[in-house]
Amino acid sequence: MDIFLQQLVNGLVLGSIYALVALGYTMVYGILELINFAHGEVTMIGAMVALTVIGALLGAAPDLPGVLVVLAGILVAIPACMALAFTIEKIAYRPLRKAPRLAPLITAIGVSIILQNLAMLIWGRQYVSFPAILPTRKYEFLGANISLLQIAIVVLALAVMAGLWLLVEKTRLGRAMRATAQSREVAELMGVNVDRVISATFIIGAAIAAIAGVMVSAYYGLAHYYMGFMLGLKAFSAAVLGGIGNIAGAMLGGLLLGVIEALGAGYIGDLTGGFLGSHYQDVFAFFVLIGVLVFRPSGLLGERVATRA
Amino acid sequence: MNFGKFAISALSLALAFSLSGCGKTESTGDTVIKIGSVAPLTGPQTHIGKDNENGARLAVDEINARGLELGGRKVTLELFGEDDQAEPKTATIVAQKLVDAGVVAVIGHLNSGTTIPASKIYHDAGIPQISPSATAVAYTAQGYHTAWRVMANDAQQGRALGQFATGKMGAKRIAIIDDRTAYGQGLANEFEKAATAAGGEIVAHEFTNDRATDFTAILTSIKGKTPDLVFFGGMDPQGGPMARQLKRLGLTARLLGGDGLQNANFVKLAGVDAEGVVASSPGLPIDSMPGGPDFRKRYEAKYGAIQLYAPYAYDAVNVLVAAMTRADSADPAKVLAALPKTDLQGVSGPIKFDAKGDTTGGAITLYEVKDGAWRVLETVK
Repeated sequence: MDIFLQQLVNGLVLGSIYALVALGYTMVYGILELINFAHGEVTMIGAMVALTVIGALLGAAPDLPGVLVVLAGILVAIPACMALAFTIEKIAYRPLRKAPRLAPLITAIGVSIILQNLAMLIWGRQYVSFPAILPTRKYEFLGANISLLQIAIVVLALAVMAGLWLLVEKTRLGRAMRATAQSREVAELMGVNVDRVISATFIIGAAIAAIAGVMVSAYYGLAHYYMGFMLGLKAFSAAVLGGIGNIAGAMLGGLLLGVIEALGAGYIGDLTGGFLGSHYQDVFAFFVLIGVLVFRPSGLLGERVATRA
Repeated sequence: MNFGKFAISALSLALAFSLSGCGKTESTGDTVIKIGSVAPLTGPQTHIGKDNENGARLAVDEINARGLELGGRKVTLELFGEDDQAEPKTATIVAQKLVDAGVVAVIGHLNSGTTIPASKIYHDAGIPQISPSATAVAYTAQGYHTAWRVMANDAQQGRALGQFATGKMGAKRIAIIDDRTAYGQGLANEFEKAATAAGGEIVAHEFTNDRATDFTAILTSIKGKTPDLVFFGGMDPQGGPMARQLKRLGLTARLLGGDGLQNANFVKLAGVDAEGVVASSPGLPIDSMPGGPDFRKRYEAKYGAIQLYAPYAYDAVNVLVAAMTRADSADPAKVLAALPKTDLQGVSGPIKFDAKGDTTGGAITLYEVKDGAWRVLETVK
């Protein structure tokens, strides 16, 4: 039981990170019907920028409290990622807005490769380690170990999701986003500045990605230039699972995928008597992706098209 | 003369020039001998790969500075560094590229998983391959007369680790994780054999891959089986985060690994959680190597800190050149005939080969992380 609970906790932590990244995919898809494959790399850049800031701060003032240093890292990473996403949209996607849908998709893959190689040039090919400055306190709960960092990740992720929900549902910008998602032409006729809304969508997604990037590097204690690739694919699967284009779906899909992965990798060996081992961990996300595409292409919450943003 | 004819004659002229260019260097007596060096130069193992290449390059530069004569002619060695990305698929492409480029021998590859598929290509081309660091037993067990290595293999290392785990570390319940590469799997299997033979009980055998960073699921599953030791067959980019997650999940089991963990990067990635981790490395610690401190000085003056296998790459080049000198030729067939008679005092220790191409009598050293650095525990033969 305690082992099951521990797997569940692991899955929820991982899942809330997936959910944050998935939001970026789903928001952009909701408005542009574009799968922004460079989004995983934006997450990676967020982690790398934050780590650079954290390293510099620690070098300058080693006595600063760890939480403050990491917070400073996040606060620099967010605008950096926002600027990056704004630029990507402007340079790579906007000129192709009237092109066939395959063109921006290929461009997205190109941007992803460019960002990966850029990061390799800037930060090198090695794994960059996340300094151990965060409190490592652990709590025992029914035999499962839950660390302060895990609680912080889940709470922060939920707070970001709630904030995004408010933004989409309660603000003028949110209404403009929803209107653009329903029909770009009509929204434009009603006086919505569609270009600005699309830019804003990319920027908000990138800000969330930056937070997710710092979370993932703090959680695993490292970052590297290709970390965004797998993370991006998993988050994309999560977005599809929840119903791509649907914000609540991305949150649900992310959390579910994390739990499926953790439980799958944890129990597959015992359940199949060692025939299939835990090295199939990464495969679960893609099983889920294929399963959803075959049996329920609109995803779990997919049919509620009206609320997509 | 129409344009087509003009173009053809221009081309043939250019070709003639380039050919005469080749001939010219030969006639002055300064023959260039091409040697390949293959290791991952991109991806998570880049630091170790570059280290291998630098080790080989240092040897080549020193030999060139000393001057080498084969068959009465002065020759210059040229090292062709290639990147196999630690990918078996890329390894075969790179191997073919080197063969096509006309190298007479190859130093590499770094990983067993890349060395083994590439060895077929070198074997078919009939050129010697000396791996500084591939330790999987299977590499030299294929019956290729072209496959050699200068480091003790996994059977020797796994045996030492298995005996140490059940002996000095007193482990009774042992969990094993391997990264499914030829190296990780081979080492883990040899370890499992030795540990079981010495009375240890294997309570779990889990798997990951050489790109993973999340081990919480398998470690949690392992935790449920209450081991007192976790053995990892794999490299430091996985071992580092694994050590962290092990502690975070509240496992009390100690982490034990092979030479893939025994480097400075592991300690950096694992941070404070590296304390108490034990790992082995074939051969002697660099400072106990006969030529170790001196090698370190020469290497660090040029390339910075030694990562892992540089001394072995350095030795591999020297073994090759010694064989060339004995054969008095760079002809691969003659060099291969001379390799079995190798008896070289290398930086890493004396190097002799058995019939398969393995080194004889390689020592294994065990290390433990204390106060943020690897300290020698003991050396076993």
